[in-house]
Amino acid sequence: MQCGSSVYQTMNKKYIIEKYCIIRDNTVSLDDKEIYHDEKEKSFSDFSKGLYKYSKIDYPKFYKMDNLSKLGFITSELLLKDHEWSANRDETGLILCNSSASLDTDINHQKTISNKIDYFPSPAIFVYTLPNIMIGEICIRHKITGESAFYITEHFDSSFIFQYVNYLFEKNIVNECIAGWVEKYKEKYESVLFLIKKKEKNCKDCKGNIIFDIENIEKIYNKKF
Amino acid sequence: MKDVYIASDNIISPLGFTTAENMSNISKNLTGIKNIQDSALSSEPFFASLINNQILAKTFASIDDPTKYTKFEQLALLSITDALSTTDIDVTSKKTLFVLSTTKGNIDLLEKNKKELFPQKRIFIWNTAKLIQSFFNNPNQPVIVSNACISGVIGLITAERLLQTTEYENIIITGVDIISEFVVSGFLSFKSLSIGPCKPFDKSRDGLSLGEGCGTIILTTKKPTSDKNNIKIGAGAVSNDANHISGPSRTGEGLWLAIQNTLKRNNNPSTIDYISAHGTATPYNDEMEAKAISWAGLESTPVNSLKGFFGHTLGAAGIIESIVGTYSLRNNLLFETKGFNETGVSKNINIITNTHQKEINNCLKLASGFGGCNAAVLFIKQ
Amino acid sequence: MEEIIIQLKKEIIEALNLEEMSPDDIDADAPLFIEGLGLDSIDALELNVLLEKKYGIKINTAEEGKKVLHSVRSMAEHILNHQKKN
Repeated sequence: MQCGSSVYQTMNKKYIIEKYCIIRDNTVSLDDKEIYHDEKEKSFSDFSKGLYKYSKIDYPKFYKMDNLSKLGFITSELLLKDHEWSANRDETGLILCNSSASLDTDINHQKTISNKIDYFPSPAIFVYTLPNIMIGEICIRHKITGESAFYITEHFDSSFIFQYVNYLFEKNIVNECIAGWVEKYKEKYESVLFLIKKKEKNCKDCKGNIIFDIENIEKIYNKKF
Repeated sequence: MKDVYIASDNIISPLGFTTAENMSNISKNLTGIKNIQDSALSSEPFFASLINNQILAKTFASIDDPTKYTKFEQLALLSITDALSTTDIDVTSKKTLFVLSTTKGNIDLLEKNKKELFPQKRIFIWNTAKLIQSFFNNPNQPVIVSNACISGVIGLITAERLLQTTEYENIIITGVDIISEFVVSGFLSFKSLSIGPCKPFDKSRDGLSLGEGCGTIILTTKKPTSDKNNIKIGAGAVSNDANHISGPSRTGEGLWLAIQNTLKRNNNPSTIDYISAHGTATPYNDEMEAKAISWAGLESTPVNSLKGFFGHTLGAAGIIESIVGTYSLRNNLLFETKGFNETGVSKNINIITNTHQKEINNCLKLASGFGGCNAAVLFIKQ
Repeated sequence: MEEIIIQLKKEIIEALNLEEMSPDDIDADAPLFIEGLGLDSIDALELNVLLEKKYGIKINTAEEGKKVLHSVRSMAEHILNHQKKN
């Protein structure tokens, strides 16, 4: 987005990446620590069940979700595990992106209608044939009523994520934001979620703060564990 | 804060290939909704507003070979071409950006008999966006919104925000969706389709009628040459019900929040003159919307739903209906809520029951969608 | 009747992705909606699909649905009645 470089881009270092969570290659990392991994050969379905049980999340609705929502949900659960929520979450933002929208689940819905004789479309599958349902699941879980949106980009786009989230903070539309990339298509999947907050004026450990900017977003996305 | 103007627009629906044709036909109280009996879409008949493929292809042939493009792509390219034809903006400029809003894109390419027609990568929405970008020789990676039925309004809100904070001067927002077996079967499994043409806000409403269409709005920060009758887009807001992934909230709180924030961000106008509701005609949506409108103190504001003319055009709805809203503003003309007879919502909102002239200076567009999402945006007449 | 109930419980668990439940966890007489299993509108639609797919039964109205889907037992009774007729 060359021309789209924000007028705010170089102006401020007011926002920080408080936490991030990366799940790919059946490995989970929270900030710079690997916290869980499973055999690389395991299917996403088995891997996600194992991770769900390990994380001791008590949320049976998890099993009703499609794979994309499971991935986004569980990444956000780990990201927000010890989060100090404000009572009012109408200023919590949730901006997610991916490349394939809900195609992984779309293929499953298409299967239920491809045979005119055995024709049984499933509402429980169809409801997940929109990528923003994953946003809905996370919002329901944490009672988040603020700004949210789902965008499609061919590849992970750090400058778009930065620009849009930065705008939301600058205009006081959000005071905290979960943003990132959740992609699942056939056997390929990865999720990288950031928890972005305003930098505290008198923070105890300011030196450790990761400034929310394009370079850091890119660095975190490309981290290898 | 820059002023963001509507430079031009286009609607393609069964009611016409230009905004003017569509407006003329809805002024005559015509609807695109018909009884559809097409086994390629559904084994049972259903009511929907569908664009004739042959007529579309014939019209598209004036700009390129229709056999090279899917229906979805033809709609987008034709709509953008028409919208551009009435402006002098340079679509090849790096200061011009495309925004594409859609729920399902080329999803019909998943069908067995369509798999051979086009490369499978055409199913990816980013691919369609790239195709649009390259068709018009634009240098910028388009922004793509896929957020259920509020995609169109989010596209507008995103574009307005980008125009405020970047060096883009013109943004072309296109909302488009086709009606495929994929979509029809899904809504049938939800038992949410109407038995006849849909009846927004009506006592006997029983579901939505799907619609096919494309809307394009070109926004610009360039001041218009004339001082009169210019329509600006103001700020908008998005919210979530945080209640259920497919059913709307019973209280309307999420949509109320989007309305409140939209009004706040537009300096709390003293009056709202017209509301273009989402009004899908499902029992729950319309009730929820009435509650939100009432809670926001807008019970006396004239409100309509346009779904009785166009059907529910999914990703295109927010754009098509906003275009009608801006037409209403320019011409001081409020369109009736086609399909409505007797109120069937618990709040006493002011439903427009017949098309008539009325001076209006702003229009609040609402949208809600699966995933519990809600959006609102304000249009203002200068 | 009891056989149908056991079979139905297994099918419900599978159709609704009630992964952490076993047939013993489901009380055949408890309401399926609001209390009991606390199923929602999507679950109700899925149960309609289950009835049609596995038992050839079509639910035609919301009222009929409410009655038939009240509990596992009411579903089983409906299935038995349908089987007797055919």
